[in-house]
Amino acid sequence: MGSLLSQLGLECGGKDVREKERHLRANDRELNLSYKYADNAIKTSKYNIFTFLPLNLFEQFQRLANAYFLFLLCLQSIPEVSSLPWYTTVVPLVLVLSMTMAKDSSDDMNRHRCDKQVNNRKVEILIGGDLSLILLYLSLLLQADLLLLSSSEPLNLVYIETAELDGETNLKVKQALTVTGKLEDSIEKLANFNGEVRCEPPNNRLDKFTGTLTLNGETYSLDNERILLRGCTLRNTQWCFGLVVFGGPDTKLMQNCGRTTFKRTSIDRLMNVLVLNIFGFLMIMCLILAIGNGIWEYQEGSKFAAFLPKGVNAPFSAFLTFWSYVIILNTVVPISLYISVEIIRLGNSFYINWDRKMYYPKSDTPAEARTTTLNEELGQIKYIFSDKTGTLTQNIMTFNKCSINGKSYGEPWQKVDFSWNNLADPKFCFHDNSLVEEVREGNPEVQAFFRLLALCHTVMPEEKKEGELYYQAQSPDEGALVTAARNFGFVFRSRTPERITVVEMGELVTYELLAVLDFNNVRKRMSVIVRSPEGKLTLYCKGADTIIFERLNPSCSNLTEVTTEHLNEFAGEGLRTLALAYKDIDPEYMEDWKLRHHEANTAMDEREEKLDALYEEIEKGLQLLGSTAVEDKLQDGVPQTIEQLSKADIKIWVLTGDKQETAENIGYSCNMLRDEMNEVFIVLKHHSTWNSISLVFHEQSFITFLLPIPPHLTLPPPSLSTQAFALEKDMEMELLRTACMCQTVICCRVTPLQKAQVVELVKKYKQAVTLAVGDGANDVSMIKAAHIGVGISGQEGMQAVLSSDYSFAQFRYLQRLLLVHGRWSYLRMCKFLRYFFYKNFTFTFVHFWYGFFCGFSAQTVYDEWFITLYNLVYTALPVLSLSLLDQDVNDWWSFQYPQLYTPGQLNQYFSKRAFVYTVLHSGYSSLVLFFIPWAAMYDTVRDDGKEIVDYQSFALLAQTCLLIAVSIQLGLDTHYWTAVNQFFLWGSLSVYFAVIFTMYSNGMFLTLISSFPFIGTARNSLNQPNVWLTMLLTSILCVLPVVAYRFLRILLWPTINDKVRGRGSTHLSLVRQDKVLPPAPRRVQARRTSTRRSGYAFSHAQGYGDLVTSGKFLRRTPKSRPALFSQTDSPLAQTQPQSYRTISEWEEPPLSP
Amino acid sequence: MKEELETANRPDNTAFTQQRLPAWQPMLSAGIVIPGFVLIGLAFIGIGVALFIASQNITVLEKDYTGVEITSDCYKCSNPSDKNCTCKLDFSLSNLFEGPVFFYYGLSNYFQSQRSYGVSKDDYQLSGDLDYFKTPISACSPYQYDANQNPIVPCGSLANSMFNDTFKLYQIVNGTKKLVPFDGKGIAWWTDYNIKYRNPSVTPLKNAFNGTVKPPFWSKPAYELDTSDPSNNGFVNQDFLVWMRRAALPDFRKLYRRITEGDYASGLPAGNYSLEIGYNYPVLSFGGRKKVVFSNVSWMGGKNQFLGIAYLVVGSLCVVMSTVMLIVYAKFKFPEDD
Repeated sequence: MGSLLSQLGLECGGKDVREKERHLRANDRELNLSYKYADNAIKTSKYNIFTFLPLNLFEQFQRLANAYFLFLLCLQSIPEVSSLPWYTTVVPLVLVLSMTMAKDSSDDMNRHRCDKQVNNRKVEILIGGDLSLILLYLSLLLQADLLLLSSSEPLNLVYIETAELDGETNLKVKQALTVTGKLEDSIEKLANFNGEVRCEPPNNRLDKFTGTLTLNGETYSLDNERILLRGCTLRNTQWCFGLVVFGGPDTKLMQNCGRTTFKRTSIDRLMNVLVLNIFGFLMIMCLILAIGNGIWEYQEGSKFAAFLPKGVNAPFSAFLTFWSYVIILNTVVPISLYISVEIIRLGNSFYINWDRKMYYPKSDTPAEARTTTLNEELGQIKYIFSDKTGTLTQNIMTFNKCSINGKSYGEPWQKVDFSWNNLADPKFCFHDNSLVEEVREGNPEVQAFFRLLALCHTVMPEEKKEGELYYQAQSPDEGALVTAARNFGFVFRSRTPERITVVEMGELVTYELLAVLDFNNVRKRMSVIVRSPEGKLTLYCKGADTIIFERLNPSCSNLTEVTTEHLNEFAGEGLRTLALAYKDIDPEYMEDWKLRHHEANTAMDEREEKLDALYEEIEKGLQLLGSTAVEDKLQDGVPQTIEQLSKADIKIWVLTGDKQETAENIGYSCNMLRDEMNEVFIVLKHHSTWNSISLVFHEQSFITFLLPIPPHLTLPPPSLSTQAFALEKDMEMELLRTACMCQTVICCRVTPLQKAQVVELVKKYKQAVTLAVGDGANDVSMIKAAHIGVGISGQEGMQAVLSSDYSFAQFRYLQRLLLVHGRWSYLRMCKFLRYFFYKNFTFTFVHFWYGFFCGFSAQTVYDEWFITLYNLVYTALPVLSLSLLDQDVNDWWSFQYPQLYTPGQLNQYFSKRAFVYTVLHSGYSSLVLFFIPWAAMYDTVRDDGKEIVDYQSFALLAQTCLLIAVSIQLGLDTHYWTAVNQFFLWGSLSVYFAVIFTMYSNGMFLTLISSFPFIGTARNSLNQPNVWLTMLLTSILCVLPVVAYRFLRILLWPTINDKVRGRGSTHLSLVRQDKVLPPAPRRVQARRTSTRRSGYAFSHAQGYGDLVTSGKFLRRTPKSRPALFSQTDSPLAQTQPQSYRTISEWEEPPLSP
Repeated sequence: MKEELETANRPDNTAFTQQRLPAWQPMLSAGIVIPGFVLIGLAFIGIGVALFIASQNITVLEKDYTGVEITSDCYKCSNPSDKNCTCKLDFSLSNLFEGPVFFYYGLSNYFQSQRSYGVSKDDYQLSGDLDYFKTPISACSPYQYDANQNPIVPCGSLANSMFNDTFKLYQIVNGTKKLVPFDGKGIAWWTDYNIKYRNPSVTPLKNAFNGTVKPPFWSKPAYELDTSDPSNNGFVNQDFLVWMRRAALPDFRKLYRRITEGDYASGLPAGNYSLEIGYNYPVLSFGGRKKVVFSNVSWMGGKNQFLGIAYLVVGSLCVVMSTVMLIVYAKFKFPEDD
């Protein structure tokens, strides 16, 4: 028992031929293995110990840059071509290779660990049989697609929650075949079970399953009702047995996950384009120099042969020179560029991990950058695709307010003490004492109100111990309402098909349940008809306000008006409302109605229609009681976050599998939808209707386009049961165009794959950077599809987090991730790239100019050691500290002015244009850096008459000028001078001087004569005033134009950044004070609106009223578990007072055996 | 205890991890930039004036003696087949040429900066390593071995092409030639003379060169460069050292002698002079030029007008720029609050 579900590293079945049908037999390992179906292991790691070195090196050299440097190395080994000693290339290359190797190995080790963790989740498997039979316990996350065989519940029912799959939190029911249900939990019977399953091959349709089960010669058909999918969670079911149908990558969830693609940032792509251009540019430079060499050889070199004999003719010499210059000028694309970019991204990722403001203490979860290569893209997000359940909302419903008989309760006052009620749920809280007083004083309307809540529902109670009640609700809304009634003294205690027992203010009252008029999406209401102990017949009804108001007794008109006002208020606050009404029924009429009801119920045809008509008939002339307002609790700070993000010009689309009403309600409560917005609804049922609807849709959008008020669009593509028609080719442009005209887009009822398709659509046509945020397995596909995927962790299930690039515990951290970390990362990366290209182009161009003075002989201007160390030592740390620490404005101002985010979306900081500007700047600097020393040193001598224009002194002068100039340029680019920046900048300059004095010292020369030929150069030339004056002149000439340009630009064309920075510095003292205060939170205000909006929302599908009334739906005592199951009861059950609340408090059970 | 466990993953609250490092955030504000430009401009003008004056005070006398023009006395020597040719160059000074006077030879269009020329030497050999006397490094090729496979010492193009014109300066006093004494000591870098170049520690020096041959262009072997002074012979011969410090640019001058002794310690007095040139070094074949230069120096080294003028121009531009910026600032200063 308890063996591992799978063995690590087992090869997944290689399926060359597409599977046409799946065939397996329970407890027949041989047959099942013969098909080579995928096992349940998931493998993401790349290497093992032996393959690491060769594979990794092979991979690394596949990268163009590394291969290029290998090629350079080969060139350098040809003596005729080699213009630089080998170490100038080998040292950086080895450094880069080893650093990448270290990173890859640590990454892969992490992946190994993750795989192990995921693959070692424990379930119980029946031994003696095979892998296929699985026992599951309450609250377990399913790990494979199972055929349900039997369960602890009556009728072999199993309750599951599919939030991971589609975001819906209401419970769903699955039922096993009766024939397999008989197996119950008998190990013997199960072990001998030899049913044969034939079914469809693995596919991604969550809602469909076809197959057959052959048992003892008889064939039973299997449909979706019998299948438990991976990612579902078992609820309210003690245990169940299942037969694994699809495992690992074959499961429907995994099939829905979309492809994992290697993500690259747009800067990466731009960089690749630039690098290619730079190569082209390099080739042109080399070509010019090679032609120059050819001419020089022809005109001068051949005659100079007396002193410098040449073995080759001019064209061949030009050819060799070309390659020599390829070696020398390769610094335009130095290998350290790539390694530096990686380091910067890694560092900025660590900042995200380290940020305490993105740490969620309640679940002890810090933010995590799971991908370290996408940081700067966080500063360029244009579209956010968000999931709803668990992402925007906490998935907790609370009974917040109500309106009873024209009086509104629930204004936050003080927490109500429910200690007088010993059956109260301690977790429930309410803030208006007056309501409790009214209940206790016996106000009849108030009592009737709560009585209704206690009676009209389909909740199942469970009383494990006396007084400890657990409600198992199909929807969290219902659970919240029944719990509210419970706390206010109307405790729903137990139910049988015919009776509902309620403790009313301490008194046990039993009602006879005559009928349940069930809920569905068309009726938008549910009713119960009960007979009180006094024999009074009453119909209790709750439902959407619009529906209920149509059916009220005209005498209620006054009350209706007041209640409507309250409903508007509630709706304005984003609460989900239901209207409550009742009606006393004449017993005689009831008899008649019941008879007709029975007839209709047993009718062979048109049963639904007949029943509907009957319901319609009796639900009339209702007396209004009031309304409830349930809060679908948003996560903290969601409206503020959304407002901030939209101020930063980020478009937020909500993609949810949930219903339209629910989604819209959330839209309102988190400020995405506002009452002044125009609504465009598109309801699609079938593919064929799409065309006509799209016409309407188009007209509407055209109208809305003319309106000054921006519209929003609720987009419910076909329900879960159909394919993604809306996203078919011919329609996608239409859809996208309309959607982008709208300010807010909410897509409801979308399947996981459709979520990804929407993301792909925007990616494809808008050329914008997209971010997808979600928490469940149903969001995995869009998280993978988007440029950046963000997983909300801390909720149940790690699927989303595991496939995300960034994860944290609360939606509100998204604004910090984007507005602060993203902005900084983008800014830093762009600054880095601009500066890096500047310093290397400048470095290289000087060589180009020197070519004209050395006979185009590929003579370097600088000391070879300087060339080796320039990027690795002298300029590495200052630029790294710039790109790890720089901030143009601090986080406080970033929040204060979200507009600061927009330059990133527009690619303003680093683009082709910025690159060209950088190249021109380098061109200017290199001209200064070569020709000023050239002119200043021309024909001059030292102050003692000795040589100073010798090659070595000139090299020293040129390299020192260069280093000082690029260091000052770095200083100019630095906005945020920390001690680290200062230390690195001054440190690097000092190191440079220390190194040259060391390398040019007697000792070094005597140790390695051939490697340090520059002996004495530093001493002999750096004591000359004209050398220093030349350096000063070059530095000033390089820097001052930039200063002047920037100063004038800030004055003439100030950007928002300049303004904010200006304010930041002038109001520094003010900032310090304000720092403690967060940006003033915007109170979500109840808006009085002229146009009434319904707050109706109910996360309730077609109910199981039938089951409630069916005689067999009685909770029998759980069957005693056979002794060989080690776990007798889930320890979680005790800690869960209300099952619908468990989502947020849920933790994985310990995995220990 | 429980509290601690619950916050086990809480990131550290340090200024670094929270990106709150104290920092100085300088702005390019008008208060800094405009006065800065003025100050830099004024300072540059000051330096420029000083440099310009210093450069103006340096006297330079340059004479080309390649012998391209027929009128030149050295024209007769310009035929490379003519060995041991001497010619003379007469000039007169109207004023005292203030001392100490440095006497340079200059070459133009001469690419010592050529890569293959520059690497064509053997640092080990030149530091006195006898192993490399027998097998010079291949970079010296084609002056590594002679036709008989004897190693060439010193090897390589650079050494082989050592400048070998000789000069003697006479002052014409009352029609008679008075030799101006040249000081050939201390014209090379101290480090070159003392560290970088060493003769092998073999006495007599000649023995170290057994089995080697002199560079083909040399008239005498290295150990006979200055037979009168052992400390100026072989690889540490000052003329050799000066030549071996190759020039960065194709036009260069190299120190030949200093005039620091006797009557000429304070400079060359006004009068007529005659420079006697032992014309050996062929440059016409590649369009080169040879010249001699008399020059004195100042604190800023040799004569170079450029640096002073550049400072003056840049300084003036800074001042002009600061005025422009001031005007723009006054006109376009954005309001502090908006």
